[in-house]
Amino acid sequence: MSSKKRKELTPTQQQYQDFATAREPQRPLLKNCMRAFLVGGIICTIGQGLMLFFMTYFNFDEKTAGNPTVAVLVFTSILFTSLGFYDHIAQWAGAGTAVPVTGFANTIASAALEHKSEGYVLGVGGNMFKLAGPVIVYGVFSAFVVAIVKVIIDMLGGL
Amino acid sequence: MLQGHQSWVFENKPVIIGSAAIGGPFEAQGNFAADFDLLHDDLWLGQESYEKAEKKLLEQACETAIKKAGVKKEDIQFFMSGDLINQIISSSFTARTLGIPYVGIYGACSSSMEGLALASLMVDSRFATLALAGTSSHNAAAEKQYRYPTEYGAQKPPTAQWTVTGAGAGVVAQLGDGPKVTSATIGRVVDMGISDPFNMGSAMAPAAVDTIEAHFRDLNVSAADYDFIATGDLGRVGHIIARDLLKKHGIDIPEEKLTDCGMLIYKDTQPVFAGGSGCACAATTTYGHFLNRMRRGELKKILVVATGALLSPMSYQQKETIPCVAHAVSIER
Repeated sequence: MSSKKRKELTPTQQQYQDFATAREPQRPLLKNCMRAFLVGGIICTIGQGLMLFFMTYFNFDEKTAGNPTVAVLVFTSILFTSLGFYDHIAQWAGAGTAVPVTGFANTIASAALEHKSEGYVLGVGGNMFKLAGPVIVYGVFSAFVVAIVKVIIDMLGGL
Repeated sequence: MLQGHQSWVFENKPVIIGSAAIGGPFEAQGNFAADFDLLHDDLWLGQESYEKAEKKLLEQACETAIKKAGVKKEDIQFFMSGDLINQIISSSFTARTLGIPYVGIYGACSSSMEGLALASLMVDSRFATLALAGTSSHNAAAEKQYRYPTEYGAQKPPTAQWTVTGAGAGVVAQLGDGPKVTSATIGRVVDMGISDPFNMGSAMAPAAVDTIEAHFRDLNVSAADYDFIATGDLGRVGHIIARDLLKKHGIDIPEEKLTDCGMLIYKDTQPVFAGGSGCACAATTTYGHFLNRMRRGELKKILVVATGALLSPMSYQQKETIPCVAHAVSIER
């Protein structure tokens, strides 16, 4: 808990938090990191393999091979989500499946599946980006800020 | 009759003449599979949505309880129910199906004992001859309501809990055969500043302790008067905290006498993190397993302390802490 939030608590509440924290199992941080490294690494290696595959057997170069690679990974992630076992892999792998593009596909597919019962427009359409929305908003905004910084540096004669 | 500050003693000893527990596929693999009246192997129950599936669970629990009580639903005057879905629709829609005059209640996961206490109060005071109390929860519907989509790959911490898919209901009558409700303690809302919704056990433990303390003080009883005291859904984490907190407050409950429905309902091999939770956790365990044991004569007197976390998804996003409540009902043979 942040120190600011903690200050808002009464002394009794603070005392209880210490009492409770001492009895709670902690997230296995090291184990989680190792699993994330392993699974994230495997996914990225598969991606690299796909890229080489598209470059060797199809007419792609290093720049354009990224597109079909991402498409295959996204499709696989959505398929696993729909079949109902992506979340089980994710519980084991943590950030390993959340950080690569597969995690992003999972946020959209899972939200779409979840809200299908409320109809295609207000349900699927309205909620599909419920989890992915913030990523897109702040991703686009950060790119905008970085672009402006680059333009200013270029105008000042570059680095 | 009111006794002490916040407890009711039911002098006419209302009787639970029929009770039922309905469960889902995960509960079928749990410890109390034999105590459920009906277990579904399909999380959807053949319905189009999880919300409709939950309503179906509650309808089945109520209908089975009424059937087992051997009464007609037209003879029941009042139906008290609560659940976790927005605006307690599972309960209200079930009341629509049943056609019994309805009191909708909300105590989150404490709704089971809140309902039973109120039903007993009505029957004991002769404001009803027959009253029905019920509650339900559905794992996927609760995840959707409070957390993330069910198929979303978020890693849960070891303090997280698994919402029970199921429903429990009981028919309370003035006369008849069955376990009797002898007293109830209505809990205060306690907030010890926990704000992590994946750590409900820690948030609810102080509320359970507060209610147990109040019950003992008001009724001048101790753990020795009970076969055991079962909290609703503190899970393994909350149970340890509650146990140590009781000790700290100078209340002596032997280790084997303090238990928790959330720890009992699932097998250790099931991946439920710290244990079960949800309205149906205390409800199915009480209306199923505990009452069955009582009817078999294995238990004499128990205290069920159903615990509820009174947060909403919005209050959590607005960085509010989690207020919690616990209601205790004492049942004896």
